[in-house]
Amino acid sequence: MPFIPHTEQDVEEMLATIGVASIDDLFDEIPPALRCGKLEAIPPGLPEMEVSRLMQSRAKADGQPLCFIGAGAYDHHIPAAVWELTTRGEFYTAYTPYQAEASQGTLQLLYEFQSMMTALTGMDVSNASLYDGASALAEAVLMAVRANRKSKSKRVLMPRSLHPAYRKVVKSIVRNQQIESVEIGYDPESGLLDRQELETHAGEDFAALVIPQPNFFGVLEPLDELTNWAHENGMLAIAVVNPLAMSVLKPAGAWGETGADICCGEGQPLGAPLASGGPYFGFLCCTDALVRQMPGRIIGKTVDLDGKTGYALTLQAREQHIRRSKATSNICTNQGLMVTAATIHMSLVGGVGLQRVAAACHANTAKLIEALSGLPGVATRFTGAVFHESVLTLPIETKRALRALAAHNVLGGFDLCEDYPELGDVVLVCATELRSDEDIETYRSKLQRVIESQVQTPCQLKPDW
Amino acid sequence: MIYEHSRVGRRATAQAPLEMAELSGIPAELQRQTPPALPQVSEMQAVRHYTRLSQKNFAIDTHFYPLGSCTMKYNPRACNTLASLPGFLSRHPLAPETHSQGFLSCLYELQEILKTVTGMHEVSLSPAAGAQGEFAGVAMIRAYHDARGDTARSEILVPDAAHGTNPASAVMCGFKTREIPTGEDGDIDVEALRAALGPQTAGIMLTNPSTVGVFERRIKEIAGLVHEAGGLLYYDGANLNAILGKVRPGDMGFDVIHMNLHKTFSTPHGGGGPGAGPVGVSKRLEPFLPVPRVGFDGTDYHWLTEKECPDTIGRLSAFAGNAGVLIRAYIYARILGREGMHRVAEYSTLNANYLLKRLMEAGFTAAYPKRLASHEFILTLKKQAKELGVNTMDFAKRLLDYGVHAPTTYFPLLVPECLLVEPTETEAKEDLDRFVEIMKTIQNEAETQPEVVRQAPHTMPVRRLDDVRAARELDLAWKEPSQTGS
Amino acid sequence: MSTTPTDRRYAKSHEWIKDEGDGSYTVGITDHAQELLGDLVFVDLPEVGASLDAGGDCAVVESVKAASDVYSPLSGEVIAINEALDGAPETINEDAFGNGWMFKIKPSDPSELNNLMDAAAYDQLVAEED
Repeated sequence: MPFIPHTEQDVEEMLATIGVASIDDLFDEIPPALRCGKLEAIPPGLPEMEVSRLMQSRAKADGQPLCFIGAGAYDHHIPAAVWELTTRGEFYTAYTPYQAEASQGTLQLLYEFQSMMTALTGMDVSNASLYDGASALAEAVLMAVRANRKSKSKRVLMPRSLHPAYRKVVKSIVRNQQIESVEIGYDPESGLLDRQELETHAGEDFAALVIPQPNFFGVLEPLDELTNWAHENGMLAIAVVNPLAMSVLKPAGAWGETGADICCGEGQPLGAPLASGGPYFGFLCCTDALVRQMPGRIIGKTVDLDGKTGYALTLQAREQHIRRSKATSNICTNQGLMVTAATIHMSLVGGVGLQRVAAACHANTAKLIEALSGLPGVATRFTGAVFHESVLTLPIETKRALRALAAHNVLGGFDLCEDYPELGDVVLVCATELRSDEDIETYRSKLQRVIESQVQTPCQLKPDW
Repeated sequence: MIYEHSRVGRRATAQAPLEMAELSGIPAELQRQTPPALPQVSEMQAVRHYTRLSQKNFAIDTHFYPLGSCTMKYNPRACNTLASLPGFLSRHPLAPETHSQGFLSCLYELQEILKTVTGMHEVSLSPAAGAQGEFAGVAMIRAYHDARGDTARSEILVPDAAHGTNPASAVMCGFKTREIPTGEDGDIDVEALRAALGPQTAGIMLTNPSTVGVFERRIKEIAGLVHEAGGLLYYDGANLNAILGKVRPGDMGFDVIHMNLHKTFSTPHGGGGPGAGPVGVSKRLEPFLPVPRVGFDGTDYHWLTEKECPDTIGRLSAFAGNAGVLIRAYIYARILGREGMHRVAEYSTLNANYLLKRLMEAGFTAAYPKRLASHEFILTLKKQAKELGVNTMDFAKRLLDYGVHAPTTYFPLLVPECLLVEPTETEAKEDLDRFVEIMKTIQNEAETQPEVVRQAPHTMPVRRLDDVRAARELDLAWKEPSQTGS
Repeated sequence: MSTTPTDRRYAKSHEWIKDEGDGSYTVGITDHAQELLGDLVFVDLPEVGASLDAGGDCAVVESVKAASDVYSPLSGEVIAINEALDGAPETINEDAFGNGWMFKIKPSDPSELNNLMDAAAYDQLVAEED
């Protein structure tokens, strides 16, 4: 019996102690009519050897294409030690650190994580993580609506240049509390948040302005001006940042005159593999003033009975297990294991190392843009400066181009046509530090062939893809 | 503290590019002036530091962990190894379906397995944790009533013994909550329920077996009453381990459920996440399921998104939830197979009832002595607290000294001085026997030298911590000594 | 048990309210309430100018293991709050009936006071709870 240690003799002795004849008797309180029969639709159990063969073939089926997609998940090098340590049983199979004395490893690690995130973002405090970047933004919006006592509205300003999936997630999570996201367009030239449109909301009652850095197009926003604008208009400034970019970009805590009030984002670039989108972790940082409105677990440093330093969950009275219907959020877990990886990752790579990784991503993306822009009909779509992603226009239908590239085992980027149809045939590309010059040349030459073949033999009929 | 190993100029140089590339494309005013103050340590220092930290934890791999309501059972290593195959780890979440058939087939089959074991009509795997599954479930209840124009249903009923996430999730979906009392035998007070139901009732959230560790015997009657009043039934899957392969929430009359794969399907708890909280629904709620889901046309697997499911409550995370956790759960399900699923409930229930019986024989008081335990049970140490001045927290802390993680304490709130004990199916009889002996020893200590128990633990890396100081004098991040002035 | 002051009235939810004789009334939680909660770590007070309903929640007191709503004994407008509690919530533990006061209210209907208990009735309530 996989994972069940009982011998027949054990079972007999245990049943005798309980005073029943069979295991089945232990389910006597369940009305017989409700009992289910055999679960025939579920396949029979497999030994590890066979499951191993099955999973090998499934993993192999997806190939390992050359990836130039970013769009919220980035292919970075993870030091070997990160997951070697993270999957130690003492981290991997521990539970939430409710028994502080028997969980000092996890608790101290989370305190170190909080310390590193505040160093990276320049904010005062950090929680111990949320599910992912998108849900962290939803929590940040809820937090801003609770915290901004000057604002009576339950509305926030949300740029269209923010990740479309993030906007959708915020909507699904806050909708039932009658919180409204009012979208602000982007400048069609620069790709930056449209300042003129923003200005039309000056003096209106909003709880917060969301400021992405970089934005979904990879473009870098003038965050000082935006932060100041938000504050002048009685709004909180919510920064949504790439944590790797924070190593080389002005930290959110230093934006404008007084800094962003809340800073959140996707932690994946800090040690989490792409892994089909999760598990990742969301981070959430804020100013001291807002700490009691922050959802999720928070670890504090304290002392034990002997005065020795120790770490404990703190401010728990905000949380659902105590505050129930009045909690700041229903969130219960954090993404503990991913944060374990991130903390070790940040320790190993260090501040200077992160800067080098960020700079390499920036440089590689610049090379990619340059290489691809040399092709006829390919050009950068926006004029704004970028970090490590950029929108390129294509001379052929994006969907067809990406499909043809994928057939050559190159994932050429993210198709923006569905979320931004007004942009025409464009693609969002990214080259992280892992993409070599050779990889970039592979992309360039494949795209060249795809373009040539499509342009030379134009289809009379639009194929039904 | 890792920062204590930090020295200016020290680095684990092999971990990042050897050179700093130009940031020439980034305007100076947007750049950071100094590198972030992360630790500056060597690779070995980091490895040693985090290895040592890990050794300060209790974990399933090292200790018996009978934490009620959390299902701390063995996490098979194969699940981790196989979910970490390069093909799975390197797959970009937005990779085209042509490069995703292996991954999607695992998710699709997991959906089918979960449908079968829960008796639900359709499943979405996207919620990232139990609480997010709860949110999705209640949001679907709301969407269902709204779609029918029945907007007067403003109230969700929850038992007084419910997990705190239940009322918190209901409020996040814009509902008010009303508590239903639990009767003396541990079942819900059906008369109180009857009185609470009305045109304002959107639904009820139940755990079965309930949080007090017994099976809700009148579940069919409860389902009938709630449905008659026009409400829906929500099943909190926290205790699904107790009934896996024995009875299915769908057959009990539930309309929507969430499952905690990190409990029932043995994915790791990871020191507090990541979990996964898939939701299952009856036919009438299917249109509202969160996206993305996975479909299969007989040949290929594909995503189902807002396009195919226009009435969905939407997305809950940027991509497809905690995909890696789902893969681990799928592997676990394939190793167990159909026979293994039945055994989960059987042996977890056997272990719980055996342990309860032995503890009662040893003189401990069960909260519901006349009931069969499910996969967990409650002891109350009210007598010890009153007569010996040694309370549940003291017992819990003393257990740590004996190398056992404490059971859940002071939950559910309605049983005073309670310990909620869940041994799980993966513990051997001799480990349960050892737990009984330890409890007897602590009882003896409480009678003869209570101070030893009251002061416990004595052998952990720290003694009891000053929680009040932690909350009053908030210290949430390390600062350079110069910044703090010391 | 400390003596319950007789110069004020009490709510079932363990708040006290005292007529200051100048049209204002001071509100706090009782010594019994602070004892139940344990060491307080945070107090969330209403804003000056906020209008309160009798029986409506208007403040929160937090200990490490619990958070409890404070309900306004009377309807009216908040005219002052005890800012000293910010940073020193333990004042309520130390002196619930004095320096640990929470806010002052200008009632819209002082006759609501008649719905509240006197010290003797409150003592009896506490005795019954035990």
